[in-house]
Amino acid sequence: MSAPEPRAARHLLSVADLDAAAVRRILDTAVEMQEVQRRQVKKIPTLRGRTVINLFFEDSTRTRSSFEIAGKWMSADTINITGKGSSTSKGESLRDTALTIAAMGVDAIVMRHGASGAAHQVARWLDELGTGTSVVNAGDGTHEHPTQALLDAYTVERRLGSLDGRHVAIVGDVTHSRVFRSNLLSLAMLGAQVTVVAPPTLMPSGASAWAERDGFTLSHDLDAVLAGEVAGGVPDVLMMLRVQRERMSGGYFPTPREYTIGYGLTRDRLAAFTAASPHGVICHPGPMNRGLEIAADAADAASSLVLDQVSAGVAVRMSVLYHLLASEEGASA
Amino acid sequence: MADMPRPDSTIDAREVLSESDIARALKRIAHEVLEQSRGADDLVILGIPTRGVELARRLAALITEIEGREVLAGSLDVTMYRDDLRAQPTRAAQETQIPGGGVDGLVVVLVDDVLYSGRTVRAALDALADYGRPRAVRLAVLVDRGHRELPIRADHVGKNLPTSHSERVSVRLRGYDDEADSVTISGGAR
Amino acid sequence: MSAPDTDLLIAGARVAGGATDVLVRGGVVVALGAEATAEAKGEPARLDGDGLDLLPGLVDVHTHLREPGREDAETIATGSAAAAAGGFTAILAMANTTPVTDTAENAERVLDLGRAAGLVDVQPIGAVTKDLGGSELAELALMHRSRAAVTVFSDDGRCVADPRVMRRALEYVRAFDGVISQHAQDPDLAGPSACCDEGELSGRLGLPGWPAAAEASIIARDAELSLLTGARVHVAHVTTAEGVEVVRWAKARGARLTAEVTPHHLALTSDLLRGYDPVYKVNPPLRPDEDVAALRAALADGTIDVVATDHAPHARHDKEHAFVDAAFGMLGLETAFAVVHDLMVRTGEMTLADLTRVMSTAPARLAGLSAAGHGGLIEVGRPANLVLVDTEAPVTVDATRSASLARNNPWHGRTFTGAVRATVLRGRITYSPQPTTDPEVTA
Repeated sequence: MSAPEPRAARHLLSVADLDAAAVRRILDTAVEMQEVQRRQVKKIPTLRGRTVINLFFEDSTRTRSSFEIAGKWMSADTINITGKGSSTSKGESLRDTALTIAAMGVDAIVMRHGASGAAHQVARWLDELGTGTSVVNAGDGTHEHPTQALLDAYTVERRLGSLDGRHVAIVGDVTHSRVFRSNLLSLAMLGAQVTVVAPPTLMPSGASAWAERDGFTLSHDLDAVLAGEVAGGVPDVLMMLRVQRERMSGGYFPTPREYTIGYGLTRDRLAAFTAASPHGVICHPGPMNRGLEIAADAADAASSLVLDQVSAGVAVRMSVLYHLLASEEGASA
Repeated sequence: MADMPRPDSTIDAREVLSESDIARALKRIAHEVLEQSRGADDLVILGIPTRGVELARRLAALITEIEGREVLAGSLDVTMYRDDLRAQPTRAAQETQIPGGGVDGLVVVLVDDVLYSGRTVRAALDALADYGRPRAVRLAVLVDRGHRELPIRADHVGKNLPTSHSERVSVRLRGYDDEADSVTISGGAR
Repeated sequence: MSAPDTDLLIAGARVAGGATDVLVRGGVVVALGAEATAEAKGEPARLDGDGLDLLPGLVDVHTHLREPGREDAETIATGSAAAAAGGFTAILAMANTTPVTDTAENAERVLDLGRAAGLVDVQPIGAVTKDLGGSELAELALMHRSRAAVTVFSDDGRCVADPRVMRRALEYVRAFDGVISQHAQDPDLAGPSACCDEGELSGRLGLPGWPAAAEASIIARDAELSLLTGARVHVAHVTTAEGVEVVRWAKARGARLTAEVTPHHLALTSDLLRGYDPVYKVNPPLRPDEDVAALRAALADGTIDVVATDHAPHARHDKEHAFVDAAFGMLGLETAFAVVHDLMVRTGEMTLADLTRVMSTAPARLAGLSAAGHGGLIEVGRPANLVLVDTEAPVTVDATRSASLARNNPWHGRTFTGAVRATVLRGRITYSPQPTTDPEVTA
């Protein structure tokens, strides 16, 4: 028997690697994967014999276990590797770490790294050597987190139907948010209108030029956005972003109190949002700082999709692994 | 040397089953199923996407009409169970919908449009096992074109259609294809 | 380095426009024109200059050699070879080695290693502050009085950010007309992991950046300090349109301020960072198109005085980290002439004489190397520090064929017009890809 031809690796590094049709395929398949999740025997043979390494340089119990469960339910062998401190040039280089793992013959590396672009670099190094190993970006620094954006879209669509024509407000620490950057791309593909709300110090650099080029709206006034005083009117979806603890001492805003009053989804704002947008929903990628960016009432409200997001995470990641790994022939239209 | 089959070409397509042929075949199969199962008790009809689902729906309606009691139809997607995933482009998974929520102790009739290598049916049996333990599983197909690669045979066949590998059998169903029901055959060595 | 015993005859090259012959004996130009051929003794070594231009050897006021400390990335010998291949006859070695060049002894060691290599004059730059710490002055005057005669001081890689330290350093070096080469970048205007230009692209890529204001504000401050102290400030690698404007303003006010630009900031833009390839990671960072255009204009109109390479070799593994963790810097010595010629001269923005000014004469004067025979006119009696260039030849850069030990070459695969054909240091051919009749060189 001759050795199989090495397959051209497919990666999911950025939502930009997908087109609208591919996003749709992933979301459609995720619906069926969620059905597997409801079965008594949660196991399908789709990725039997495939090996998926979860290479996490940055701790994230939620994302790592979600990928691990997704792989296991599809019968892939999933192994977790925790990368050591990567910020020093003294230790093993990122390239060596990635090549060592790929050399074991694994099919995919699901990678979380604290540095923006790390997954892109690893994918390029592996491609240069023709290892055929797929790379899935499970969060790279403050750049992207594509599966989070896909599961956000999935969750919202399950509740609201299509995202086409919907207005989504993304609120909070935008500049440091990989969830924001991935969502911006996927929401555009799915036809949603986006407003980005943040204090000026937490807007990404070059935000005005970026917003103009990509057609989204910027605001520093959450109440005006909730009142529908921006393009798109009252939002259908509020995506609250996590404020990293370490930002609080970084001089980005004076005090947590001032942040909450300006940009938190407080009880009063929840009431205003519910009144203005009765069908409206609230998302948060977690983990939440209750009382800072989101009040407990809002996190637990009927309109909150926070737990649905976690549950959808496994199904969406199963779908992603299926589309990346099941075939050696790419995806059909 | 044989011509290559021309996919989607209708120029040389010839119809082997007409709309009325298909209706008659399904009616016959409905009677056969009832005969073999000794009635409609504990019967569930599951179509394999995509066209098997429409056939299952029709079959269940026919049986319901004959027996005067409702027999339920559903769908069973086999995408994730296929043994040729590596060689095919991935497709979005299709819906699986098991009426009543389970298959334990029931007689399941799997319905597909064309029986060929038998690999789809093998995948369907694996998929079905993950939903429970039916009392019996039967297989109904509209067309059996031969060339089995696995020890699988159909219990109910609309039409046996000897074909060559290079021929292409296409099934069109009203309600799914926006066309009149038909089975045509095209391509092949000439 | 002793001069070769045999004569060197450079035949038929254009010197300042007209084709002529140049005879070199004892390391010095002894005759030009018809006399040169007539005076040549015995069998002189020959360089065929037909169709080529002969320029004074190039001088780089900003080179990183990694010796001592990181000889796996570059040694003084390999860096010297890269410099000779790039047409340079003198280079200034930055102080950020291990140990730092912050004492007379360390400076003399660099000088001696350069002489031992013998391919270019290696002139050490002294650190401004001890161990580049930014707080205590290094032994500036002792370095100046050493055999290395250090006149340029820099903490390059780091900005001398503390205004009081910068003021004291300027006051101190004024006594011997020293110059401080400043890495103009306020570290407090960006996070500790800043690694690129701050703008729309860094926002999209999620990379922390330096705003142009971090550069411009330090240049403005140092211009004021130069006016206050009367001392010379040299702005290393200007990268922004804002920085250029402040340089222009400072000169108009009469500050003793000079400025340099690197070939990579003249040619490469921040767009290259889209693929997160660390080969394009450099400090100060690549900037957008508008800045690049402003830098070219400022070099052409004389606002920017010199081109310097900021040649920064790195061991391969130091570049194979995540982008924010990878080492800063890129190679530049071997490609500088081709890039600047292609971008500035071939396009008509500058003449070859302008290029000679910004890559040889002005940097030699800045570094106090004119008296040692670098830069300036090619005339009888001057040391023969020369470079022979072909302004018509295309050069395609191949990173694997480099005299440098390092391979962090951003120019790989690019083609430029303008090739170095030979480099001559005090009459000795230090680089020549062509066969010559000199048995010592071909041996």
